[in-house]
Amino acid sequence: MTAFIIRRLLQAALVVFLMSVIVFFGVNVIGDPVDMLISPDADQAEIARTIQALGLDRPIGEQYLHFLKGVATGDFGKSFIFGEPALKLILHHMPATVELALVSLLMAILLGIPLGLYAGLYPDRKVSKGIIAGSILGFSLPTFWVGLMLIMLFAVVLGWLPSTGRGDTAVFLGIESSLWTRDGLSHLFLPALNLALTNISLVIRLTRAGVREAMHQDYIKFARAKGLSESRVVSVHLMKNILIPIVTVLGLEFGGLLAFSVVTESIFAWPGMGKLLIDSLLQLDRPVVVAYLMIIVLFFVVINLVVDILYSVLDPRVRLKDQGA
Amino acid sequence: MTILAVDSLKTHFFTRAGVVRAVDGVSFSLGQGEVMGLVGESGSGKSVTGFSILGLVDPPGRVVEGSMLFHGEDLVTMPTREIRALRGSRIAMIFQDPMMTLNPVLRIDTQMIEAILAHEKVSRKEALKRACDGLAQVGIPSPEQRLRNYPHQLSGGMRQRVAIAIAFLNNPDLVIADEPTTALDVTIQAQIVHVAQNLCRERGTALIWITHDLAVVAGLADHIAVMYAGRVVEAGQTDDVIDRPRHPYTVGLLGSVPSANRRGQRLTQIPGMTPNMLSLPEGCAFRDRCTHNDERCKESPEITTDSGGHAIRCFHPQYEKAPA
Amino acid sequence: MNTEATVMKETPLQRFWSEFCESRIAVASLVVLLIIILLAALAPWITPQNPYDLAQVDVLDGKLPPGSDAYAGYTMWLGSDGAGRDLYSAILYGIRISLTVGLAAGFIALIIGTVIGLTAAYAGGRVDTFIMRAVDIQLSFPAVLIALVLVAILGRGIDKIIIALVAAQWAYYARTVRATAMVESAKEYVEAARCLALSTTRIVIRHVLPNCLAPLIVIGTVQTASAIALESTLSFLGVGLRQTEPSLGVLISNGFEYMMSGRYWISFFPGIALLLTIVSINLVGDQLRDVLNPRLKR
Repeated sequence: MTAFIIRRLLQAALVVFLMSVIVFFGVNVIGDPVDMLISPDADQAEIARTIQALGLDRPIGEQYLHFLKGVATGDFGKSFIFGEPALKLILHHMPATVELALVSLLMAILLGIPLGLYAGLYPDRKVSKGIIAGSILGFSLPTFWVGLMLIMLFAVVLGWLPSTGRGDTAVFLGIESSLWTRDGLSHLFLPALNLALTNISLVIRLTRAGVREAMHQDYIKFARAKGLSESRVVSVHLMKNILIPIVTVLGLEFGGLLAFSVVTESIFAWPGMGKLLIDSLLQLDRPVVVAYLMIIVLFFVVINLVVDILYSVLDPRVRLKDQGA
Repeated sequence: MTILAVDSLKTHFFTRAGVVRAVDGVSFSLGQGEVMGLVGESGSGKSVTGFSILGLVDPPGRVVEGSMLFHGEDLVTMPTREIRALRGSRIAMIFQDPMMTLNPVLRIDTQMIEAILAHEKVSRKEALKRACDGLAQVGIPSPEQRLRNYPHQLSGGMRQRVAIAIAFLNNPDLVIADEPTTALDVTIQAQIVHVAQNLCRERGTALIWITHDLAVVAGLADHIAVMYAGRVVEAGQTDDVIDRPRHPYTVGLLGSVPSANRRGQRLTQIPGMTPNMLSLPEGCAFRDRCTHNDERCKESPEITTDSGGHAIRCFHPQYEKAPA
Repeated sequence: MNTEATVMKETPLQRFWSEFCESRIAVASLVVLLIIILLAALAPWITPQNPYDLAQVDVLDGKLPPGSDAYAGYTMWLGSDGAGRDLYSAILYGIRISLTVGLAAGFIALIIGTVIGLTAAYAGGRVDTFIMRAVDIQLSFPAVLIALVLVAILGRGIDKIIIALVAAQWAYYARTVRATAMVESAKEYVEAARCLALSTTRIVIRHVLPNCLAPLIVIGTVQTASAIALESTLSFLGVGLRQTEPSLGVLISNGFEYMMSGRYWISFFPGIALLLTIVSINLVGDQLRDVLNPRLKR
């Protein structure tokens, strides 16, 4: 187990290193670093000063080391727009994004698993076919398009829910969140549903496929032959087997939620780090863009690592194979 | 005393390609403590017969006709609730592949205890103790430890012992064993047969042993039914069927099994392939593989029983032609 | 046995077609898709206006609801956008751009992915491990993130977006081709070809590649749809195509600001066009997968 974790840690470190190389060389070799890292409004003297300060006159290898040092200490430079350190800015926007992602993950589980279970257990019913058709749509429709339709329907036509912003937040159990206020919840619902849509579809598909496959397995038939009630066969024998892949995939999808929150946050003007990225991209606030990309890569790597380890803890077969190795 | 009487059982599968008559009019009966060997090639309907008894035929299959009287009550018309109460308590089943039977993500103790708790209100502790005893009875060393294992930590033979222990946990009247030794090594096969046989004898449990291997049931069963294409083609006392087979198919089956007292003789084989259940020939289903095929065989032969209880479904019964 | 015999009489193409037609939805999707492609291809000849010829656009026509008459006399059945462009015309031109970008990106990614996948399968050893590790890592990131990284580095514009889409998608093709090639190369006919001392290149191109076609077609359709979706997403966010290259995403983005004031049509109609395009490609792709994947055949 320890050897496994160490191996995965090394692999994760390698990925972060590679991404830092790509982002760094992307900014410094393909793009023009002066253009990328210095405010477009700067005058000649300031440009010269910054070039020296950033060490852009030094060899590329040395520059990279400097960049790495900055990354290691959390120094990505200052935002051109806000004049604050990029990292601080991103951390400030992070809670809103994490809140949005967590709530939509919850929605995906609470809606996706029951729907997928139904579609898998009763494949020939009309409702099941409707669920499947819905999940195909949920997969193929772009997130922003669905967001647009949600706004049109719920905010413009029906006028039930607000379409922009985060609403009021309150502090409960030491956590500041919009979950604790009515206004906050009403603001949270549409963006969270929008962000969850792909994952609801994904969970429906995974659950249904899992059920369809497991239903024909001998162990399900054997469980029935033991005289167990149908509810126990489904909730214990079936669910425990299909939950493992679903949990794994959902865990991996959490990173995807953070990435796709870029789209949802932009549509619903949700003040998270995804909207910050798009605003920064549009306003050419490059230190923030670079910092965001490095942080999200780090996120991904950590999530993958955690899911891998969790997976090996959850599935006794994987756990044992590794002990044997 | 008869505990199970199956009469004209028909289980059909309604597939897109057509109706598969997997079981097409099977009858047999079984007394208390009796062991019956149900023999046939794969696809002959022997496993489906077993699943039909427990009401575990998966769609698109279903029992369409016939009756199965278990202690006088018809399993075909019995409500699902009552059948479920019988499963695992009065009628238990052992499956073919022990690698697939036990749930891979649940520990052995969970899978054993739930089988007891599904039928009886006893404490978890009591159930655990019975599970432990059950494992000991099928010859599993250090059962307390094994209970805490996951299935994949056990060998195939061990897993099949666990499955047998689960089947006998609630002292059933009838155990249906669906080719329980096919997936195992030859040396372990004999042990498994031995374990199951002993438990049945000790407890007076009736046993239906489904297999494609006549040699296995020869030493185990009291009587044998041979199935071909969804029908029983020959049935009788084990000695009668093994020593004096009368249906050409049984003769062929016996001729293809190597055995010590026929050393030096050629093994014969049954010509042709196992039949396609979607397009069986008219009349006798075995007709186009049979050396005695003639005009009469275009009609379906009825089953006829002689005074000794030896029944066959054939126009050309074989007399004393069995290899000596 | 009988059914197989009758099937053998049809040519593979006929059989493929008759199996494809088993799903009415798939056939309907194919028809819709063909109509969309036709409309887009014929756009200059069947639209009342070239929406990007400034001489033909009148700002006074701006934000007119569907069915209004333009200053130039024709009726704007789908209304007009903020700049006074006829939406019907703008949508047909927009589909052109969206389809071009999607198909170009899909095709280039297919070629690159296929070459890399085949290389991995046939080089084996370290090269294979290295390539597949790269593929795994890349696939663990969502496509939208990869595209955003590239957009951040490269900037906006058709060529750059195509590069970003290819970078986000090649790995899917590579993985599929490698997997199929590994399966195929283990088969006896490849063994036989090896025994005939045919060169590896020849075996790969003449024997293995044709067998990868079926999965490639399936992945190709689905990935092209997702390339179109991804491009429209980037464009909607304002980091994709420029205003001078108005794909459907750009049109929807332009209309978004008017949505809250009730001028829904500026975003809605391009949105419907995008929906029909993506969903019809996906449904055709789904049916192709069912028909071409022998494992799923009943």
